Amino acid sequence: MGLIGILIGVVLILALAPVVMMYATWMERKTIARMQDRFGPTRVGRYGLLQPLADGVKMLTKEDIVPRGADRMAHTLAPIVIVIPALLLFAVIPLGPKIILADLNTGLLFFLAVSSVETLAIFMAGWGSRSKFSLLGAIRSAAQIIAYEVPMVLNLAVVVMMAGSMSTAEIVQAQTGRWFLATPWGFAGFAVFFICALAEVNRTPFDLPEAESELVGGFHTEYSGMKFALFYMAEYLSVFAVSALGATLFLGGWMGPILPGWAWLLIKTYGLVFVMIWIRGTWPRFRIDQLMAFAWKCLLPVSLANVLAAGVWYILPAPWGALTCTLLLAATFLITSQLWIPKARRVENPAL
Amino acid sequence: MIEEAIGYKINYLAVLLLGLAAVVVPILPLVLAKFIAPKKPSQGKSEPYECGVPSAGDPWGQFRIQYYLYAIAFVVFDVEVLFLFPWAIVFKQVGIAGFVAMVVFVAVLAIGLVYAWRKGALEWD
Repeated sequence: MGLIGILIGVVLILALAPVVMMYATWMERKTIARMQDRFGPTRVGRYGLLQPLADGVKMLTKEDIVPRGADRMAHTLAPIVIVIPALLLFAVIPLGPKIILADLNTGLLFFLAVSSVETLAIFMAGWGSRSKFSLLGAIRSAAQIIAYEVPMVLNLAVVVMMAGSMSTAEIVQAQTGRWFLATPWGFAGFAVFFICALAEVNRTPFDLPEAESELVGGFHTEYSGMKFALFYMAEYLSVFAVSALGATLFLGGWMGPILPGWAWLLIKTYGLVFVMIWIRGTWPRFRIDQLMAFAWKCLLPVSLANVLAAGVWYILPAPWGALTCTLLLAATFLITSQLWIPKARRVENPAL
Repeated sequence: MIEEAIGYKINYLAVLLLGLAAVVVPILPLVLAKFIAPKKPSQGKSEPYECGVPSAGDPWGQFRIQYYLYAIAFVVFDVEVLFLFPWAIVFKQVGIAGFVAMVVFVAVLAIGLVYAWRKGALEWD
């Protein structure tokens, strides 16, 4: 791709990202509303389609309040720092055989590294606000994101094993004929990846960092106006980016019949975004001890087993490989799913 | 012409350009809001939120030790997982010997997990 192509790509990503974000909020509000037997936004424009624009104008006209004693530098920088990596993630998502902004041969590693920067921004926001709720939300968020990072990276290593490359474009090519989802290790890998993705972008049932009912707003308690809106922008962009990565790694990316590649990727990505919203409409929130135990005691052993299972699947001849692989994964899951659940008990001074 | 001059590095140039241009996306609305948004600061507004009562103590204090234990466990596992990636790329070429070597490596990792688990480092309380 030449310099002109790069410039077009940069402009497209930066122009479309806010639109994607705005309509993701609309999609979420409409879907959740229907699941709860409501209508959602209906007043602004047909089907409330102009609601995101109205929200944007409202956010612009709200006062920006910085709490007394806050670290002003960190407080102001945090919303800026969180949006930039969320935008950078789109550089390595392939929309077609040659349509990718940066076909890095370490694309997957790039995605992981850049998405980790968001933890820093969340911590800056929590620390900089000098408010108890903010700091609690931030420190929980950091603990949660690192806990779910390990199983996620392990399962991405499985994908790299089978594709023989870390370039997202080549991983899609490696799925010609069969999606990775259609193999035992790919199925387990996708399940763990999707759970971890929910945790990484702080979505229900892992939305403890912003648990409204206990932490008010978590790390963005002390934010208002446009800064607050930027946190939402980063969240929805990350939701979209991580769904696109899931579609790329396990669901064959842009590959599909008849329709052009970008259309298939969008269909798959929006499918995954819909599932995330669906989960939010259905499930209650985890408790913090359950959340940590689930990552370390269930997902991590299953992911370690998946590395072995994938190796066995490849080395043994066809039916035996698939059989051993499935048995290994099922056995690990059955054992750890019994072990991880924390004992129910009364706590005198529940720790935060 | 630039493609020939720098070859593969053009992909990193694309990332750099996107990163530089992406700075505009959060800063533009913040600057715009600076001109549009009202400014009426008051004593009560600038208090940190604490359910409406005056805030007690300073949040910049001590935190649960558990968070640090998890962080240490994370460093151990994440660094070890990083070693998996170079192996994963050549997995199909190194054959059974390479696979067995990695099984031993992952087994050591699993023993570490069992150790941390038995020691209670993964318990919340």
